[in-house]
Amino acid sequence: MVVANGGGGGGGEKGFEVPELDIKFTKLFINGRFVDAVSGKTFETKDPRSGEVSARIAEGDKADVDLAVKAARDAFDHGPWPRMSGFERGRILHKFADLVDQHVEELAALDTVDAGKLFQMGKLMDIPGGANLLRYYAGAADKIHGETLKIPALAAGCTMVVKPAEQTPLSALFYAHLAKEAGVPDGVLNVVPGFGHTAGAAISSHMDIDKVSFTGSTEVGRLVMEAAAKSNLKSVSLELGGKSPIIVFDDADLDMAVNLVHIATYTNKGEICVAGSRIYVQEGIYDAFLKKAAEFAKKSVVGDPFNPRVHQGPQVDKAQYEKILKYIDIGKREGATLVTGGKPCGDKGYYIEPTIFTDVKDDMAIAQEEIFGPVMALMKFKTVEEAIQKANSTRYGLAAGLVTKNIDVANTVSRSVRAGAIWINCYFGFDPDAPFGGCKMSGFGKDMGMDALHKYLHTKTVVTPLYNTPWL
Amino acid sequence: MAARRAASSLLSRRLTLRPCAAASSTSDSAILGAARRLLPGALQRFNTASAAVTAATEEPIQPPVDVKYTQLFINGDFVDAASGKTFPTMDPRTGEVIARVAEGDSEDIDRAVAAARRAFDKGPWPRMTAYERCRVLLRFADLIEQHAEEIAALETWDSGKTLEQTAGSEVPMVARYMRYYAGWADKIHGLIVPADGPHHVQVLHEPVGVAGQIIPWNFPLLMFAWKVGPALACGNAVVLKTAEQTPLSALFVASLLQEAGLPEGVLNVVSGFGPTAGAALSSHMGVDKLAFTGSTGTGKIVLELAARSNLKPVTLELGGKSPFIVMDDADVDQAVELAHRALFFNQGQCCCAGSRTFVHESVYDEFVEKAKARALKRVVGDPFRSGVEQGPQIDGEQFKKILKYVQSGVDSGATLVAGGDRAGSRGFYIQPTVFADVEDEMKIAQDEIFGPVQSILKFSTVEEVVRRSNASPYGLAAGVFTRRLDAANTLARALKVGSVWLNCYDVFDAAIPFGGYKMSGVGREKGAYSLRNYLQTKAVVSPIKDAAWL
Repeated sequence: MVVANGGGGGGGEKGFEVPELDIKFTKLFINGRFVDAVSGKTFETKDPRSGEVSARIAEGDKADVDLAVKAARDAFDHGPWPRMSGFERGRILHKFADLVDQHVEELAALDTVDAGKLFQMGKLMDIPGGANLLRYYAGAADKIHGETLKIPALAAGCTMVVKPAEQTPLSALFYAHLAKEAGVPDGVLNVVPGFGHTAGAAISSHMDIDKVSFTGSTEVGRLVMEAAAKSNLKSVSLELGGKSPIIVFDDADLDMAVNLVHIATYTNKGEICVAGSRIYVQEGIYDAFLKKAAEFAKKSVVGDPFNPRVHQGPQVDKAQYEKILKYIDIGKREGATLVTGGKPCGDKGYYIEPTIFTDVKDDMAIAQEEIFGPVMALMKFKTVEEAIQKANSTRYGLAAGLVTKNIDVANTVSRSVRAGAIWINCYFGFDPDAPFGGCKMSGFGKDMGMDALHKYLHTKTVVTPLYNTPWL
Repeated sequence: MAARRAASSLLSRRLTLRPCAAASSTSDSAILGAARRLLPGALQRFNTASAAVTAATEEPIQPPVDVKYTQLFINGDFVDAASGKTFPTMDPRTGEVIARVAEGDSEDIDRAVAAARRAFDKGPWPRMTAYERCRVLLRFADLIEQHAEEIAALETWDSGKTLEQTAGSEVPMVARYMRYYAGWADKIHGLIVPADGPHHVQVLHEPVGVAGQIIPWNFPLLMFAWKVGPALACGNAVVLKTAEQTPLSALFVASLLQEAGLPEGVLNVVSGFGPTAGAALSSHMGVDKLAFTGSTGTGKIVLELAARSNLKPVTLELGGKSPFIVMDDADVDQAVELAHRALFFNQGQCCCAGSRTFVHESVYDEFVEKAKARALKRVVGDPFRSGVEQGPQIDGEQFKKILKYVQSGVDSGATLVAGGDRAGSRGFYIQPTVFADVEDEMKIAQDEIFGPVQSILKFSTVEEVVRRSNASPYGLAAGVFTRRLDAANTLARALKVGSVWLNCYDVFDAAIPFGGYKMSGVGREKGAYSLRNYLQTKAVVSPIKDAAWL
């Protein structure tokens, strides 16, 4: 059954601990110090479990971005960071990773109250995964080979200005504090919380920023790229939205497939770019699949993300919450069949029931547009060719899953689906060493792996003539 | 066989020390007679020799460390040798015994290989994620740093290297190398390659399995890091045989690796001699890959044994007679200093020592004068004392061999301008020695001396020095001292050596590959290249039906 634990007030079961949270860092982090915004303005960040304000955060705007860029420029042109050996940068990044591990509870708690993410997941996976990635790049910092071919921005010796989302500024500021403690010199990492159309736009159009990397929606990605082109043609990489298909074949192990699809759709309350949001099930097992998937969804516990027994926390904010409910409404009106869920949970915060639609047609809005919520769209298919064609009929191309035991199906389909990551009999197969990024309107450029370093490096060719050389 | 016995360290011959000018620094007319033939500064050499004598005959400083580990390290335990035998390891300052250490032989090698085999085939090490292996190696680096003082003192005691060198640079470098390799552990990539038809092809890089490694006495811990680092980073298990002259430090750090979380059997350390333990490891049918650092003569034997047994692939880091070329535009003071360090570093006991100093005729005389002065200033003494630049040679065998070469230099007509004799009367100290007017055919210009003996030769053109530098069976390294861009480019490409150092020497940063051409060796260590030595390549091919693209 679905249970909502609204924050405060009666009704909720307790029996789990909510850690004491002291929000220490609420100002902009520029040139190694926490400072107010030039304008003095602040904005609210809300706890999606209740809709209440958790803290007021300094609101960065163009003037603050200018200061941050100046600090980053000085740090790069004159400061010690790029002049250290890769090994020394690596040591600092390792220290940073150690500090992240030491503060795992605090960091996880911040993400829970800021974004509604599950606390246990944060402690066991997200934050240690972040430390893992930091260590990956710490170890890469002294292996960037001039060649042909070499946290990646920091490992590569760049300096940066980071604008976190306005919904979730808290942990980024904490990380900035830890980075400083680890020995990252002033000005190398600057964090300017604020809004996209102010601070974000200021970064995208800044004449003194050499490269911009954006993760977010496709619509905003467009704006970032436009601004980059209109200003100084800075290089851009984009990690955007998706409508990732999962194709389940007849020969799949049914329980495994249902479990995989459930996780792919509902993890992080569906707020993942690679969420499996179009589920194609071969007709032979379709009915059985639908039945089990619905049972599974009904058993999911929705509630306070600090509760270790909860499977799904609240959506990140009111705007997202309302957008998802709107899509559910559209789905119904377009003629899809609502199998389970479809309603908000509780009367406080932004909780939505895990939802499943069946009889979905490929051209419906809920099959084409990214919902970014706990909504599964189930569709039937007959043949491999049909599955491939349907999987590819989207303007996105971020990830795809396929569930089959057959090696030929696996080989064929994995090459035929146009997506940046193909996961066979698994999902969210991320690894620090595995480059990740989309194609088509899901973006371009890779994160993670050694490939990610290339985004932050310029290739320079140096030529001099040779005399009396014994070989050419 | 005699050859095998000799193989364990460098060539050993029964030497009869002929009474000669070099025999005792305090005898009179023989020395003065010899001195008259030498450059005027030779008498000054005599005075400086006294200073060195004093330093070398003072009471040796008590090392601030205890020897804790003297047994073999097999399958996670410190154990006696199967035979129960032990052998002594000596303090080269005095020739006295530091400790008796378990002597591994073929039975112990069998046990070690069996442990490594089990650890690889069944144990957790290759089955952990690469990230977890990385964490173990990082923790090991941390532990090395925590115990740095102890480790450095142990290394100095056993090898005679100065404490300034072990504590100031070598032990920190060991930690640095381990961190470098830890960072590679989770970045070992395979390849997907295009087929000519509808096939899906994966090229996997897998750990080889059990690596046998034989290391020398001149850089015991650094050689440990160069070998064990990449082997473990790639997920292999190791059987390491240390040099009989310097068994102590590897045993100590093996205990730290275990503390860091290395599963049992993944690293095994066997102390012992070449003809017994070394030969057993080289011929073992259960070892998948062999890596050896030592003399060219022994390297040949190791390669033969590998071929005769199971054809295990072998990488070799052998000897050298590396040229250090000083061009006509050189700042002579700087060139002299760099050439001095290139030869005398580590008591001259460096495979890549710059042991043929080629100096352009236009700066030759000035260079020789200054090289002599520099050698005379070199401080020889107890390596535990601060300010000492040069400690004793590793043992009596090396000591005698070096003095024999000095004699050969004198006999062949080279000009002895500095040193030429032992320093002090205890231990294995030798005076910093410089020969000028050396010619290519002289033994001291051809053979690897592995001691503090600098040989200066004159040249006039780039073509000539290239030809003469390359006319050696060795090809390990070279130094080039010039500011001229074109000369630097030409020389760098013309010299048939694995490392060319322009206006610097002995730069051994972790990412820089190191190894020899010709008889200086096969394969490269350090850098990304070292990983290749410990990985096997496997192609996995399957058909694709209805490929969307090929």
